[in-house]
Amino acid sequence: MGKKSAKDRISNEINAGSMADIAFLLLIFFLVTTTIDVDKGVLVKLPPWSEDEPDIQKLKTRNVYSVLVNAQNQLLVRGEPADIKDLRENAKEFISNPKKLENMAEAPNKAIISLKNDRGTKYKTYLEVYNELKAAYRELWDEASKRKFGKEYEFLERTQQKEIRSGIPLVISEAEPTNFGEE
Amino acid sequence: MSKFQKKRGKSSPEISTASLPDIIFMLLFFFMVVTVLRDATQQVDVNVPNASELTKLEKKSLVNHIYVGKPKKQYRAAYGTSPRIQLGDKISDIKDIPLFLEKHRAQVPEKQIPAIKTSLRVDGDVTMGILADLKTQLRKSGQLLVNYSAKPQAE
Repeated sequence: MGKKSAKDRISNEINAGSMADIAFLLLIFFLVTTTIDVDKGVLVKLPPWSEDEPDIQKLKTRNVYSVLVNAQNQLLVRGEPADIKDLRENAKEFISNPKKLENMAEAPNKAIISLKNDRGTKYKTYLEVYNELKAAYRELWDEASKRKFGKEYEFLERTQQKEIRSGIPLVISEAEPTNFGEE
Repeated sequence: MSKFQKKRGKSSPEISTASLPDIIFMLLFFFMVVTVLRDATQQVDVNVPNASELTKLEKKSLVNHIYVGKPKKQYRAAYGTSPRIQLGDKISDIKDIPLFLEKHRAQVPEKQIPAIKTSLRVDGDVTMGILADLKTQLRKSGQLLVNYSAKPQAE
């Protein structure tokens, strides 16, 4: 009996000196495998697939903001050549139509952006255009929410955001690309 | 002057290393939490374009990645130099997408299936032709939430 208790006393203490080494080893492993890159991007909701072409013709032309990007990465906005730098301001003006012009959207919730590109259009240009259009809407939302709630859009509650969005819905309709410039 | 010399003679007190494992463990746990194990080795060159309207992708388990770009040098002999699609860890065809999506859906709880997002990591110099085919295939498979991966703009 006495012998046993002596044994216990010996095995009670575990040498913790190597604990740090083990932890270091694990630490180095995780240091090496870690990739701290958060995936960020432009979120898009595609329309559900349907066999028949959507009928954009029955919309009033004053409500449609058509943007064409060709295989040379040039822009045609509502039938006129345009520069990508002016796209955001131009789109904002079209959607909000502050001067109530005849050739711009009747109301922000009736505006539709129609985006069309060639198969040869560079992805970079396409995303730039998409980004500008989205930015135009985001700026309009910001302005509307500042007017209504005195805060920027991203700081609003969910329901308030929804309210703003229903006033100025983001509608970007994408047509099938035309077969130009495919490599 | 004498103050300094006095000290030199004495043996310096040892720093206690007893708390070292604790510190290391703290670091370890930090890295364990932030670590995301690389799910696939990239076989195509992807340099995503810049954008300003970015959304963060949360819940990694609900995101699947599709890479589009030119095959890397060591894969050019097998796959050519024109832009290709990479699903998981191999270069595939557009028609393999439904199976790829289905495999991912099987790992996700049924309730969360509508929240699955596809992150498209597409090279900036790829033409829209391949992307149009890809989008059509995604729409046909009912995968409508798509994220065009992009870098934040340097301002």
